[in-house]
Amino acid sequence: MPDLLEIDDLHAFYGDFQALHGVSLRVRQGEVLALIGANGAGKSTLLKSICGLVTARQGSIRWRGDALLGQSPNRIVAQGVALVPEGRRLFPSLSVEENLILGGQVRRSGPWSLGAIYDLFPILQEKRHSPSTSLSGGQQQMVSIGRALMSNPDLILLDELSLGLAPIVIKDIYAQLPRITGQGMSAILVEQDVTRALGACASFTCLAEGRVALAGAPGEHGRDAISAAYFGT
Amino acid sequence: MEYLNIIVQGILVGGLYALFAAGLSLIFGVMRLVNIAHGDLIVLAAYVAMLVVQATGLHPLLSLVVVVPLLAAFGYALQRLILNRTLGKDLLPPLLVTFGLSVILQNGLLEAFTADSRKLNAGSLETASFQLGDAISIGYLPLLMFVTAVGVIAGLQYLFYRTALGRAFRATSDDAEIAQLMGLDKRHIFACAMALCLSVVAIAGVFLAIRSNFDPFMGPGRLIFGFEAVIIGGLGNLWGTLVGGVILGVAQAIGAEINPGWQVLAGHLAFILVLAVRPKGLFPRIDG
Repeated sequence: MPDLLEIDDLHAFYGDFQALHGVSLRVRQGEVLALIGANGAGKSTLLKSICGLVTARQGSIRWRGDALLGQSPNRIVAQGVALVPEGRRLFPSLSVEENLILGGQVRRSGPWSLGAIYDLFPILQEKRHSPSTSLSGGQQQMVSIGRALMSNPDLILLDELSLGLAPIVIKDIYAQLPRITGQGMSAILVEQDVTRALGACASFTCLAEGRVALAGAPGEHGRDAISAAYFGT
Repeated sequence: MEYLNIIVQGILVGGLYALFAAGLSLIFGVMRLVNIAHGDLIVLAAYVAMLVVQATGLHPLLSLVVVVPLLAAFGYALQRLILNRTLGKDLLPPLLVTFGLSVILQNGLLEAFTADSRKLNAGSLETASFQLGDAISIGYLPLLMFVTAVGVIAGLQYLFYRTALGRAFRATSDDAEIAQLMGLDKRHIFACAMALCLSVVAIAGVFLAIRSNFDPFMGPGRLIFGFEAVIIGGLGNLWGTLVGGVILGVAQAIGAEINPGWQVLAGHLAFILVLAVRPKGLFPRIDG
């Protein structure tokens, strides 16, 4: 049986700039994979390639064995992939609840609904009619996570959850991660904070300059090996 | 009292200008497309209505039952097949393509219908009126145009802020890339917006054709009135667009009263005056 997500020898470009040079990785059903690496290592590009926002020129992305590459983002999402984008990117002219409802537009079945999201992040219910821009950064991140969950994805891509947030808020959000992934959902977690990321995952892949520098389980490699891969030394 | 009557007439004509403008405002709001061919599409709708009336013998207003769906389908196809390909970070390609479309429409209509001016006959509705007090006389046709404009704008407002399609319009307008990750197909959403726009254009075209003579080259003039109404009201604000149309209508009516040659000029002057005082229009949308 094929893994949930299989990426092989992926080459992706922004115009003439090559951001990924032959990246391969696997995500199994229910697995949380941390994707670590320095700025510009290609982490966000990899996530964008998976959901079709960046079109790779070479290599393959397979979803349950079927080719994902070349499909439009809206069709990829319908098959069970959701992105929590870097910088949250809520829709400013929509209220909190409208943002969430829009996430559920795909109408896949599963445990997540407006009620379940409000149960996970109670503060959002209080603010459900507020414009999404009036919320604090942490609350906006909750909306962004909730919006992605509303489609009941099989794989959630979390891009820089902690960026620009206060440590206490980051802790709160990470505390909820097991509740999210505990439902059998797979996740790829992109994170600058390596310690936090390694603590939350079953396996990791470290990218450096668009290539896989190191991969395995967090306990498998020593601290030195990971930091050498991270900094490309 | 005489001026009161003039102002009332101006307000009612403003409804027609708001109908010219509503579709323009909608399209700019959803996809940042400035549609130079908007006026020519209004004229195209007038000719389509003329053909429908000739073929079926329907009253011009009843012809809307056919003209609205026809124009909506045309709008969907136009967006899907041509305009979607021009949209991107650069505002210039769609501008040039709609300019080209404008030229094609004008010359296509000239080829098909000659330069003779036409008119739709709405029978007694055109001249029927009632008195309000001693000085004010209100025509049923202008009143109907105004009420229709209010209805259309209220309908668009409802659609934008209360329905799933409206939510999709706003989301796509905010961030088209992320909207696609919500399962929305940008190409389809934009095409729906253009279909909606051309439905309003169809209504505007039929009223235009009943109210006055039309010919293949009167589109750009309607475009200007539409633009002015949108800008006076403030970009992205539909009720503002109605107010913009009314201001334009009243200014023209007053100008025409002073000197018949000043009608159009007075409208442009009012537009420049508003721009000078409030460069963003009277009711700009507050962006978050």
